[in-house]
Amino acid sequence: MLEPVLWLGPATLLILTMVVWPVIEMIRTSLTRVSSTGQSQGFAGVRNYTDLFAQGDLPGVLLRTLVWVVGVVTVTLVLSLGLAALLNSRFPGRRLVRWALIVPWASSVLMTALIWRWMLNNFYGVVNRLLMDLGVLDAPVNWLAKPGLALAAMMGVAVFVSLPFTSFVLLAGLQSIPAEVYEAARVDGAGPVRGYLGITLPLLRPSLVVAAIINVINVFNSFPIIWAMTRGGPGFASDTTTTYLYKLAFDNQSVGESAAMAVVNFGLILAVVLVYLRFVRRQEDTT
Amino acid sequence: MKLRTVLLTAVGWLVALAFLAPYAEMLLTALKPTPELMKSPPSYLPSRWEWSNFTHIWSLTDPRVADALVFSLYVAGAATLLALAVGMPAAYYTARHRFRGRGAFLLLVLVTQMFAPTALLVGIYREMVSLDLTDTAEGLILVNAAFNLPFCVWILNAYFASIPRELEEAAWLDGTGRFGALTRVVLPLAMPGVVTALVYTFIAAWNEYVVALTITSSSNRMTLTKAIPGFVTSYHEQWQYLFATSLVAIVPVVVLFVFVERHLVSGLTAGGVRG
Repeated sequence: MLEPVLWLGPATLLILTMVVWPVIEMIRTSLTRVSSTGQSQGFAGVRNYTDLFAQGDLPGVLLRTLVWVVGVVTVTLVLSLGLAALLNSRFPGRRLVRWALIVPWASSVLMTALIWRWMLNNFYGVVNRLLMDLGVLDAPVNWLAKPGLALAAMMGVAVFVSLPFTSFVLLAGLQSIPAEVYEAARVDGAGPVRGYLGITLPLLRPSLVVAAIINVINVFNSFPIIWAMTRGGPGFASDTTTTYLYKLAFDNQSVGESAAMAVVNFGLILAVVLVYLRFVRRQEDTT
Repeated sequence: MKLRTVLLTAVGWLVALAFLAPYAEMLLTALKPTPELMKSPPSYLPSRWEWSNFTHIWSLTDPRVADALVFSLYVAGAATLLALAVGMPAAYYTARHRFRGRGAFLLLVLVTQMFAPTALLVGIYREMVSLDLTDTAEGLILVNAAFNLPFCVWILNAYFASIPRELEEAAWLDGTGRFGALTRVVLPLAMPGVVTALVYTFIAAWNEYVVALTITSSSNRMTLTKAIPGFVTSYHEQWQYLFATSLVAIVPVVVLFVFVERHLVSGLTAGGVRG
């Protein structure tokens, strides 16, 4: 009985103090009245939650979060299916393409977001210059000034940084499909399209589900892109729940409300995690 | 058949170009002379290649790039060592033994992997306040180690489990003892896993931004990620230095990443997908 404690104890302790404690602290804070200087002033009941839901900005923030997560994950998955198929076929320089795809994966998302902000700059950005030289635009567009356009641009960056991981997961899935399966399909007279829809996609389903779930969580938690490009502004007009709760706590000093928002966020992620756990379990049972 | 290869090659190279373009623009911006940055419309290439921008960043005082680099190295390095030090025994033991609590432990690890510090930021901040760890390297090291621990456990667990028990037992019989078998037989065989865990954790901690932004404040305790936005404020805009510093932060980790990329997928999906 003592042996496992010795081997697993340090790891368990680290997780309990740095992951579980913050969860408990967060829930506790959401039920506490916290002064603007961060002092706890007793039990608040559900006051922080009712305050949060009374915020006029909240419906917009929630709606944008939904658009952000669904939009980014869907586009990422569709493009990654193509990229995985590309990386799974033979052509000269394939290894270099693989390495190019690694660059946004290994780089700091913050720095990637900053170069996009600079490239999209109204006056000095290369995107406007390029699009005007190509005749696509007549006049420079201020990409990050209008909330709708800014959100679309930031979603583009979120897709850009999510593609490498997703493509590599799907590529691993593709490579685990035995060649004989395709062989048999060809003998049966299935063309490339029917082969892809009838064989590849169904066999790829496990990797696709895993990639989708992990992406939902990552994209939901994404902070640096919005923070570096618009700070969620103007006002709260391009915030998602993640940047919104940061601003509530550290700009507006509404720590209690921020904690309430964080608990709502946490609940949503936990729901996705539970779906993931069930899926992984079922995978283990079938293999 | 020939046409197909030509098409694939063309598409493949265009894809590579698309992924590299922002980083090429980073380099081009980092090499522009100062006045050229405020030229509208901008030039594609620098009129003069200002390589001195890359040497100049080391003598700047706001932010102090050299200090931030050392601080980032310290935080990421220590977090990596801590994650490996506590993750390795756990991974080995769960790979070799079936015992009560094994399932619960692995579940805890799996759930932890699904939570980024961003989701728990308010809780982490308040915990750091009560532990008096705000504005310290130790606070950052602990958080980074904890949130990267799951990846280390998964990837190492898979490697340890793949090493036949008989090999280890044969080494005991040869008189190496259990500890000797571990260090001389098991660890060398698990080396690819150890290196992958090491590199990935280091890069994740190196790139970490939100926690550093939230719990540190002093200018001498700034990670690179926290220092870099300081080049563009309402007082000054120094995009050339911002991107020169970004490249200093990015290039080494991309090179490291290339070596471990093959082993990452299985660890990141916690066995959900076999890489």
